[in-house]
Amino acid sequence: MACKHTSVPFSGTKEQEMELKTAIAQLKDTKGCLMPIMQKAQEIYGYLPIEVQTMISDETGIPLEKIYGVSTFYSQFALQPKGKYQISVCLGTACYVKGSGDIFKKLEEILGITNGQCTPDGKFSLDSCRCVGACGLAPVMMINEEVYGRLTPDQIPAILAKYQ
Amino acid sequence: MYRSHVLVCGGTGCTSSGSHKIMEKLKEELAKQGLTDEVAVVQTGCHGLCALGPIMIVYPDAAFYSMVKEEDIPEIVSEHLLKGRVVKRLLYQETVTPAGVKALIDTDFYKKQHRIALRNCGIINPESIEEYIGTGGYEALGKVLTEMTPDDVIQTLMDSGLRGRGGGGFPTGLKWKLAKQNDADQKYVCCNADEGDPGAFMDRSILEGDPHAVLEAMAIAGYAIGASQGYIYVRAEYPIAVERLKIAIQQAREMELLGKDIFGTGFDFDIDLRLGAGAFVCGEETALMTSIEGNRGEPKPRPPYPAQKGLFGKPTILNNVETYANIPQIILNGPEWFASMGTEKSKGTKVFALGGKIHNTGLVEIPMGTTLREVIEEIGGGIPGGKKFKAAQTGGPSGGCIPAEHFDIPIDYDNLISIGSMMGSGGLIVMDETDCMVDIAKFFLEFTVEESCGKCTPCRVGTKRMLEILTKITKGQATMEDLDKLEELCYYVKENSACGLGQTAPNPVLSTLRYFRDEYEAHIKEKRCPAGVCKALLSYHIDPDKCRGCTLCARNCPNNAISGTVRNPHVIDQDKCIKCGACMEKCKFGAIYKQ
Repeated sequence: MACKHTSVPFSGTKEQEMELKTAIAQLKDTKGCLMPIMQKAQEIYGYLPIEVQTMISDETGIPLEKIYGVSTFYSQFALQPKGKYQISVCLGTACYVKGSGDIFKKLEEILGITNGQCTPDGKFSLDSCRCVGACGLAPVMMINEEVYGRLTPDQIPAILAKYQ
Repeated sequence: MYRSHVLVCGGTGCTSSGSHKIMEKLKEELAKQGLTDEVAVVQTGCHGLCALGPIMIVYPDAAFYSMVKEEDIPEIVSEHLLKGRVVKRLLYQETVTPAGVKALIDTDFYKKQHRIALRNCGIINPESIEEYIGTGGYEALGKVLTEMTPDDVIQTLMDSGLRGRGGGGFPTGLKWKLAKQNDADQKYVCCNADEGDPGAFMDRSILEGDPHAVLEAMAIAGYAIGASQGYIYVRAEYPIAVERLKIAIQQAREMELLGKDIFGTGFDFDIDLRLGAGAFVCGEETALMTSIEGNRGEPKPRPPYPAQKGLFGKPTILNNVETYANIPQIILNGPEWFASMGTEKSKGTKVFALGGKIHNTGLVEIPMGTTLREVIEEIGGGIPGGKKFKAAQTGGPSGGCIPAEHFDIPIDYDNLISIGSMMGSGGLIVMDETDCMVDIAKFFLEFTVEESCGKCTPCRVGTKRMLEILTKITKGQATMEDLDKLEELCYYVKENSACGLGQTAPNPVLSTLRYFRDEYEAHIKEKRCPAGVCKALLSYHIDPDKCRGCTLCARNCPNNAISGTVRNPHVIDQDKCIKCGACMEKCKFGAIYKQ
């Protein structure tokens, strides 16, 4: 999860805080509300820095250590901001046997970062993921919402160039 | 009234290959030709043949267009939809015969399939409750509420022989019976849609293609066990499925098929969605419930079983998506109908996600007892590139590899376990001679090491040690003692782990050891990877007879490891070579080989 090359200071706005507080007020009386609240918070801020976790704790009365525990347990909760372009390479079985491991290595090589990190300029972050469900197109990677299928390592530079 | 319907697949597979753009273009072209009032465009769920996406079917002709491109649309609209002439060139070629266009159900891919759980996928618009009702939807719920007692429902399921499709194969009727027997002020019905097995996507396709079937079955379950609240725990990685479930729940509430006093019978039932957050262990039933409660998704020891003390400490049943999708059909057609399909102990059908080295990747639903040979050679269309079949992997990280010698074994729960694999959720990945079985075992172990929740030591530490040994083997650094230790560890982790994740984690290693021990031994004794996958054991060479001295390889080598002069055979410096394979990719004369 760690994003070693950046330590971005927290820059939440008043509007974001208001949005979060409204969402918490709506959700907090339902049973098992913590994860839906955290998911909403991540949607608002893009990640869950300790400042946001503290806000959730203050509003709900749930101890901060529990919130931290939950946020570190699930791979979808990010404690560090993601890149502007989030690359996820499918390392599910179907993609793996069709060579997605080589795609991943090629990306690591070009971007100079590894799994879970983002580039120093905040542009790209790289993650491996499990089965986006496009097994017919294996091997597959996604850049934000865009899906790229039937990849070979030599296509990677040209695809990345589109985002430069 | 429309004179023609165009069904465009909006499942994840086809969406990834651009079916949305196809649909927009189609609407645009239809408007241009003034056909908007005559031809309806319907977005459906998955047809199963994901390898050929984006898929489009035109009715009433049932013309199946595959791998449709945006630039094909004007031709299809002006030729087929305006003038009524099917564009044969763009059809799925298997449906084109000298005698005319063959129906889709007669093609090799669909011929042996029997679609129960997937019956509506690719046929109805999943965002329309009216279309679901039009194909008999919510009739089973009506029948259950007005004509059957809860015990009748449970007996029907027990008679049908339906077993859990999530992998374990526990009899569904029995599960419901146990939950009904426990009295409580509140009970819950949960749906496990946290499909974590990498390479299996049937649950997602059902949710995307026929979400109401799951809602209906959950309401039936609520009536049978006496619960008024349901939860669907779905992976957040499935945005389309989540969106369609939200729409479906909303529509069902509006039609009063969920909520208070359903069908005027006084029965109340409602369903909420909960999104997972990327933890494989949450597919385990106790972990899933802990997660819905808003905690770290760690499993709990059983007993107490969920039927006694489950979600929020109340009696709960948890079934998988595919299991639910079968239930309305069992209620409507009777248990005998369902039990007439399949093998002695495994009734009905099973959906498999075919993937890997196979022509027709996609979703297939076959009667239990179909052989692996039929699935791979007939339905799947065999292995591409003339390669030889090596193994089929079922059950994902909890399952095992099935070698060619078991090609003719009928697929059912018990047979798969007897040959060291398991049904699992239904991923079926085909591997050919270029896949290294040690590497595959290592791949799955990497997965379980990452996904182990860490609560119990055998799984947390044991799987890590196993992975270390496997890594040593793939690097050619292991001894035969390591192999013995690996096997011993497998049994230890299997017997001592707290939950299903750890108990099944050694299966990929054990099954490859059982059938492919020679490959392990080749890595250890001969420092050789027979499939040519494990990089540390490979070296690249140039065949001087084939090399024309074009210098392309030398120019592309990132480490300047290739030397030679123009029009003379080149040589690779083994000390400098980083084994990236770039030279082999570039060589136009097939002069570079690895060994």
